[in-house]
Amino acid sequence: MNFLLINFFLISLLLVTTFFIFKTTSLISVVALTGAFTLLCSAIYVNLDAVDVAFTEAAVGSGISTILMVMAAAKLPEGKKNKLINLFPSIILAVAISLILIIIIANLPLLGDPNAPIHLHVVPEYLKESKDFFHIPNVVTNILASYRGFDTLGETIVIFTAGLGVIALLTSNTLNRKTNFKKNKKNER
Amino acid sequence: MVGGLFIIITSQNYLKKVVGLAIFQTAVFVFFVSLAKVLDGTAPILTKMANAYSNPLPHVLILTAIVVGVATSALGLALVLQIYKNYETIEEKEIESLELKSDK
Repeated sequence: MNFLLINFFLISLLLVTTFFIFKTTSLISVVALTGAFTLLCSAIYVNLDAVDVAFTEAAVGSGISTILMVMAAAKLPEGKKNKLINLFPSIILAVAISLILIIIIANLPLLGDPNAPIHLHVVPEYLKESKDFFHIPNVVTNILASYRGFDTLGETIVIFTAGLGVIALLTSNTLNRKTNFKKNKKNER
Repeated sequence: MVGGLFIIITSQNYLKKVVGLAIFQTAVFVFFVSLAKVLDGTAPILTKMANAYSNPLPHVLILTAIVVGVATSALGLALVLQIYKNYETIEEKEIESLELKSDK
């Protein structure tokens, strides 16, 4: 019972944070609110017994990502209070998607049900065998590094590619558009 | 989750769109982890005291996905910075009007 209450409280805090991110125009406060959002999420993960995920979310999601966003926001101009675009179609889309999601969630097994199909396949073997194979008590580490090591290798490749992309984007000065628009602006003045 | 989608579509500011994408992602992560929960279970670290553990497999998937998500948003931020360098604004409508002007 306690578990459900804490979860409900944290999720309603998440909703409030999302609403304020939607409302604010100042970029730096949007970034700060995003940091708060991810920190709340890691609290939810602890509540759901996913300590490793909470650790990563607090370090990577709330730490590194917020630092990157602050660095970007420092270089960008203040956000302007502009009108919202596409308001009407997006409301329809949002309502439709939430209806679909609610219908799907009604068909899922109950939260915390130990006999849900997800808990019956593969995972019992992982829980039983991994201690004897690798001598590490943390099952998440065992799966991440050993059973599914190739997935982790793929993840590393993705991050490497993203890093290359960021470097390429930030150091290139030779886009055609730039000269065009700078000329136009000079003519106007 | 729908809130994140809503922000992506309605905001004009490109940085806010990247933030909306991150929120969207995080909502999906919370959903996945909630599937792994077992009532009366503990975190999947083997001890002699516990008799039920929550499912470790979704945790692994989400660990991978969080890191990839940060890489994606870093790429998005780099794109936004480059857009600002070229157009000197990151509001969608202003960029549109600049484009129209250059076509004439």
